Parts: sequence; structure tokens; C-alpha cells
Amino acid sequence: MSSMHPVAAQIIHATSSIILGKEQQIKLALACILARGHLLIEDLPGMGKTTLSHTLAQVLGLQFNRVQFTSDLLPGDVLGISVYDRNIGAFTFHPGPVFTHVLLADEINRATPKTQSALLEVMEEGQVTLEGETRPLPTPFFVIATQNPTHHIGTFPLPESQLDRFLMRIRLGYPDPQSERSLLQNNGGRAHVGEVEACISAVELMALQAEVDHVHLSDALLDYLQALLQYSRQAVDYSAGLSPRAGLALRQCAQAWALMHNRDFVIPEDIQAVLPGVAGHRLQWAVGMESHADSGLHLLNAVAIP
Amino acid sequence: MSVTRHALRNFTPQRRDVIWLLLSLLAVWGLHIAHLPLWINGLMALIFGWRWLIESRGWSLPRMPVLLPLTLLGIAGIVASFDGLFGRDASVALLTLMLGLKLLESRTSRDFMLVIFIAYFLTVNAFLFGQSMLVAAGMLIPVTGLTAALIGLQKPQADANHGMQLRLALTLLGQAIPLMLVLFVLFPRLPGPLWGVPKDSYKSMTGLSDRMRLGDISELSLSGATAFRVSFAGAPPKASQLYWRGPVFGFFDGREWLADARAAYLPRESLSVRGEAVRYNLTLEPHNQPWMLVLDMPSQLPEGALASPDLQILAREPVRTRIRYEGVSHTDYTLASQLSPVAERYLLQLPQQGNPKARALAEQWRAQLTDHQAIVDAALRMFRQQNFYYTLTPPPLGTNSIDDFLFNSRRGFCEHYAGSFAFLMRAAGIPARVVTGYQGGELNPVGQYLIVRQSDAHAWTEVWLPNRGWVRVDPTAAVSPSRIEAGIASAISETASLPLLARRDYPLLRKLYLNWDAVNNSWNQWVLGYNQQKQAELLSRFFGASFPLSLLTALFIAVTALVLGVISWILLRDKTARDPLQRIYARFLRKMARAGLQQAPQEGAQDFSHRAQDQLPMQAAKIAAITSLYLQLRYGRPSAASLHALKREIKKLGIKKL
Repeated sequence: MSSMHPVAAQIIHATSSIILGKEQQIKLALACILARGHLLIEDLPGMGKTTLSHTLAQVLGLQFNRVQFTSDLLPGDVLGISVYDRNIGAFTFHPGPVFTHVLLADEINRATPKTQSALLEVMEEGQVTLEGETRPLPTPFFVIATQNPTHHIGTFPLPESQLDRFLMRIRLGYPDPQSERSLLQNNGGRAHVGEVEACISAVELMALQAEVDHVHLSDALLDYLQALLQYSRQAVDYSAGLSPRAGLALRQCAQAWALMHNRDFVIPEDIQAVLPGVAGHRLQWAVGMESHADSGLHLLNAVAIP
Repeated sequence: MSVTRHALRNFTPQRRDVIWLLLSLLAVWGLHIAHLPLWINGLMALIFGWRWLIESRGWSLPRMPVLLPLTLLGIAGIVASFDGLFGRDASVALLTLMLGLKLLESRTSRDFMLVIFIAYFLTVNAFLFGQSMLVAAGMLIPVTGLTAALIGLQKPQADANHGMQLRLALTLLGQAIPLMLVLFVLFPRLPGPLWGVPKDSYKSMTGLSDRMRLGDISELSLSGATAFRVSFAGAPPKASQLYWRGPVFGFFDGREWLADARAAYLPRESLSVRGEAVRYNLTLEPHNQPWMLVLDMPSQLPEGALASPDLQILAREPVRTRIRYEGVSHTDYTLASQLSPVAERYLLQLPQQGNPKARALAEQWRAQLTDHQAIVDAALRMFRQQNFYYTLTPPPLGTNSIDDFLFNSRRGFCEHYAGSFAFLMRAAGIPARVVTGYQGGELNPVGQYLIVRQSDAHAWTEVWLPNRGWVRVDPTAAVSPSRIEAGIASAISETASLPLLARRDYPLLRKLYLNWDAVNNSWNQWVLGYNQQKQAELLSRFFGASFPLSLLTALFIAVTALVLGVISWILLRDKTARDPLQRIYARFLRKMARAGLQQAPQEGAQDFSHRAQDQLPMQAAKIAAITSLYLQLRYGRPSAASLHALKREIKKLGIKKL
């Protein structure tokens, strides 16, 4: 029953050989990619955020660019700029790092809102418009952004509207002792990223993404999904309920999750598995209700499966 | 749905809810403020203020050590104020106070709901004190407020606001109106009230007394309350003919005129009438006495009434609800052309002693004048020619009250004149008795009916003259003819002591009042007076004369049962019960429960199955198969997997009790 989709199993296995002991996060990240969403990884520095995204790109056979966001980074540094070429007497466009399959936006909350929003526009549109000319990005295209917890010095926290652009937000957390041991023994994971073989090609990935859309959602499941959305909007625990976009995101991720588990229909457990990742950054505790508990898990515990 | 049920538990009332609740409770309190003791009203004001400070200043709610003594003190206070906890007034006071105290400890939505429902009940209780249109209209305010508060509690997110709550409440109440009208018209009327109203509900009713002590009726003159309303079938009789007969007093004990029990055993007085009958419909306000007022002289008994030998018309029980009856009277009549010796002896009764001067005067008349009529005239002449005044504020009288009145003070109103005149007549050997009731009334041009107020209460006498029978003599008319011709307002100069509504000097106000009274009269006739008989009349108009009321009752019980059944079916049916798959799966869950495994509401079937497989490794394969089938059936595409297979699998699953 719980057997994995062979391709998904392969990808997860390959990634886990680099990022040790983080199988659940890897699965969530894969689900996010299969659901054609952008991923936000939030954690302290040095937890393997970059390694994870780099490995994923490698395993999925995708082209990978990395931009380190800083406070003096300008939109042109990401998107590209036109430079006057004296030889031909005209401006030529020098594409920025965004023209790739996977863009790793490292420490996105260190950049100014101006640069952040330039990137986020690209994420929404899938194309770059500069000086009146629109240039499409390669497909598949997705952004894996990492950010430090917002209370760190020198950060520009992403506003809620921009957080909403990310399909999923995951946290890595410290490794367990056993994983940490092998990490220490093998001189870290990043050194071995280059050794990882691609499991699938970009075309195969896109086929998988298309398959996600065909995973069946029954009425009973939609009842559950709606019950969750309804509760998040009614309960006073949250400052605002989940948006319809969040509902669609939940649906898409749950479908991807079901596909990864080799099922052609979604069950409530799929939703429960992806909900903390999908809803966690969208559900803020209401004033006076703040808690260290995960707001997504809280929602799951409050709503019965109809 | 389970979600909302679940969600509701977590809601804490917002400030908006507190505001609505406080405002509507203020309105409920306003309905009762007039019949609550002062200390409870004071306490309620304090409680409301306190609750508001708790809300606005963020104070904490009082705890048990504060609330418990307050509650006990309140109960003790009510016991002391009302001599107990039972009865209408004490119960309403208790309910009001407890509602206030409950408000002080209301924290959760559940508490608020409880308070709201108690407040609804307390609102309805206002009908125990009065059923006028004003009370009914006044109840709409708290009902609207409470409904809005209830809506606010059910919609706690930001999508509720004051305007929306009020609008929705008004819409709901508006939608309830057609249902209310249908129920009002069609709901089977019972011959009497379903439950008894506590006795003390009647104590404040004003009206006639079963005895007359000089001085009593002056209090009555000061009340502007309506005694009854009359609409005549034809032209109303002249004002001087409008004597409304009530209690008849044939016994004088030296201080009081009263109705002696012996009067009931006297032979029935015969009545012969001449001329045209006066027909009228009379709506009598409750006065907690059995008398049914009728126009002198009643020639036909109203339905369900009894008549005493001296023609007092009595209901079988004290009149405690507004009643309406048809009366037929003749103003030209002869009552008791013959008087039996027993009756004559009773009607000449006087105490052995007392009032010597009056007796002497009567003896003097008896010696000088042989004719009874001449003696009556002499007495009336005395009232008319000597210095007698009509006043509502007579000086107090001594032990020999009649002597004192006739020879010293000479100031008094109807009962002084009637009482002393009857005394003089008896002393002079003429059978006489005092009749009390009402005289006159005001014609309301708006509704073409006569309003008779408590201030129209009157006392007059009847003397028995040979060959003529009982003759009505009104000695007050001799002193103050205008009292009889034009009503009490024209009879006395000091109008200020009259109730506002009996006065004649504010024409605009009077007009308004008369309009208002006409509306009230319609309310009484059509809403409060809609009884079993009227309902039968109305229904027979639609369904033919032979429409049986019992059929309607049966129909109503059937419809009510059906509606209740449908509602409870909708509310109680679970998705589990409706869906065959859920029913079968529930069987599996019951089997697992036997093994001590409960599925949590938020736990999916697969998670549960994993947990169950860990717990019951021997059955793991079967559990996995069942769960897989179930998931396929519930969440998968419609496919070959069949309910029967699942049923079979579940049947095969043998679980031992732990």
C-alpha cells in the first residue's frame, strides 16, 4: 500500500545519500517540485539548505544556478542586463542567473524588497520582461529560496503576500545523532554533490508533473479539504484564514504526494502530510493566540475527517 | 457538521457579542423594571455596569467566593421581599437576578448561549404581567437584540458586524411572521389556559368591592384604568340611563353596606319589561371578582352567567381574564311588583343602635307623610336644598357616620349619598338597598364604543314602592345632576385630583388617547379575544359549518410530529448512517474498538490502519486489506472494488476482546 512510485523512490534515495536523515523534508520538497511550485526552505545557517537544493537539481537532471542574496543586490543582477556592444553598435542582452531550471535564491530575506519583488514577479510569470521585451524562462522553472529565521539581524522579512507565492515552506532542523555521525565521518555532504547521478531528465520530470494533475480527488476528500479551509477562516486562532490559492496549493501538493506513493487517488493522509508545509507559512497566529506550536499541525488536530 | 461543532467550542465571545448581549439584556430588564423591587433594580444596574467594566477595562470576572455569597444573599433578599420563592413576582425576580449573576460568570460561547436562552424565557414572562399591545411590541426589542446576539455568537469571524447582525435578526424575525400568523389562526385554541397563572398575578387588579364603607369608592374614582368597553348594537341610551349594575348591598352593619348571604335565599324577584331592548357587546377587563357588569335592567342572562335573586349578574368564577359577552337590557321595567314578607323584613334591616339623629328624622317623615313616594321626595329635597356638596375629598366621619354626614359635614360623593339615603329610607319603613357599579362612560367616536373607566364607579339606591316595585333613586343626582348627565369630570371643580384620562381639559391629548384606545380595543377583540369559539367561527367560514375542531387538533399534532421528525432526522442523521460504505466501515471500527483501538476524529483511515497493524500484528494483513479496499472505495475512482468484498473482509476479521 505504502510502496513508493519507483521514480520517486529513486530520487529520494539518491538525495538522501547526500542529505542524511531528512527523508521527510526531501519528500516534501519533491512533492513541491512535482506540484510545479516554488519552495522556501527556512532554517538557521549551515543546516544544509543549499546542499539540499543543489542535490535536488542534480538528481532531477536540471540546470542549476545559485544567487547569494545580499542587501546591495539589484534586480538586474538576477534578471540580466542590456549592455551596449560597440562592435555591433547596439544593446545586447546578457541574461541573468534566473535563466535556468532551478534557481537557488540563497538567503532571500537579506535582499531589499525591490530585488525580492523582482524575483517574485518572475516566479509568478515564468518570464522576464525587460526594456519592453519579454523573454521566456526555460521549463521547468522553479525557485528554491532559503531564508534565515526572520528575527536574524539584517533581514527584510518577506511580506505575507510574497510568502503566499511559495507553494511550500519546509524547515530542515538539526540532524539526528546517527546522521550527524556519518556526516562527520564523510566530510560533509556538499563535497559529494557532484558525484550524484541524475535519475531523470527534465522531460521526464515534466511528464511526472503532468501525471500529478490526473490524480483523483473524491467528493469525500474535497469535503475534508473544505472543512480545513473553513476552520482556518472561522477559528479565532489565526489572524487570517487560508486563501483559495492556499486551497489549490494544498490540493496540488496532496496530488503530488499521492502520486509519489504510487496511488492514483488522494486520501486524507496525503493532505495531512503536506499541510504543515503548505499552510505553515500562510497561517499566522492571531494576536494573543501566539504559540510555538506549528499552526498547520494545530489545524489538522482541530478538524475531524468527515 | 462536525467541523462547526468542533469549531464552536474554541470560540471565545468577542466584545461585539458582549455589547449585544448587554444591550438586549437591558431591554429584557426594561420589560420587568416596573414590577421588580427597588433593590433588585439597583443590583441589576450595578451588575450591568460591572460587566461592562470587566469588558472595557479588561478586569477579570468575579470568582466563586464573590458570586456564591451574592447568590445566597439575593435568594435571601427575594424570600424576605416576597415571603417565599414561589409565585409569579418572586419567580420573575429570582430569574432576573440569576440572569444577572450568570452574566457575571459568563466566559465562553456556551455560557452566552445559556444567558440568551434564559433571557428569551424571561422576555416571554412579561406576558404574565400584561398582554397589551404595548407589552407585545416592547418585547420585540429584546427579542431582536437577543437574536442578533445569537447570530454574533454563531459567526465569530470578522465577517460579522453590528449592521449585519441586526439586519439578519430582523430578516429572521420577519420571516417568522407568516408562520406566526398561521399558527395564531390555526393552532387549536384551548378552552382555558394550559397552565395556571400564579395567584398573586391577580392581586393588583382594581375594580369593585364586595362591600361599601363610606370612603372606599373615593380611591376608585382616582383610577383612570378601563373597567370595560361596550359597543351597542343600535343607538346608545342617554347618558342618564347608563347605570351599569354591579354588586347589590342589602345589609347594613352600622359601618358598612354589604351583601349578606341571606340575600341569596330570598325569592327571585320577577322582572317585566316594556319598550325596546338595548343590545350590546361588553368586554370586561379582569377585576378578580365574579360580577359581570350589565346595563340596568338585564332582561336576558349573558351566556354562562348566573343571576342572584336581586339581579346581580355573576360569572361562575372571578373574572381573571378579559371576557366578552352579549347583553340584553331594558331601561323601562318593573322589578318585583310583590315583595314577600321575608324579603321585606330583610330589606328593612338596620342595626339595633346608632345614628339616632337620622333615625329621628326618618321617624318624623314617617309620621308626617303617609305616602312612600312623598318620603323619598322629602329626602331628595333635603339633599338638594340644604348645603350638601359633591366632593371627592370628604372629611373623615365619626362613629355614627351617617349622622355625621347628614348633619355635620354634608360633603361627600355617591356612596355617602347612597348609603345614607338607603339608611333613611329603611328607618322610615321603606325597603331599600344600595347598588354599586358604574355610571356613564365615554363614547369613543373612533371605534363607536363606550369606554367605562374605574373613575366612573358609582353607587346609587333602589327603593321598593308598592305597585311600582323597585325604583332606582340616585341621590347623587339630586346634589350634583351634572355627575349623572355629563360624567364625573364635570361634577367636581378640582379636576387636578382626577386621573389625566378622565379629565376634559386637553382636547388634543384626549383625541390621541381615544385613537389609542380604539387600537387597543381592536387588539383586545381580535388578538386577545381570539378564543376557541371565534376560531371555530372563522374555520367554518372557510371549511363549511361542520368543520370539527378535533380534526384540526389531530392535524396539528400530525404536522408538528412530522416537522419535528424531519428536523431531527436531518440533524441526527450522520453521514455514517446515510452512506452504506461508512456503515460497513463503522462495523470495522466497532471491531477495532473491541480491541481497544479508537480512531481519532482527525485520524485518517490509513494512519489508523498502521496503528492497528502495530497493535495487532496477527491481523495486520487483514487490516491492511480492509483499509486498502475502504480507501479505494471512498477516495478512489469508481472502480471494480466492491462493497461486498469489503463486507466479506470485515466479517472475516476476528477480533478478540482485550
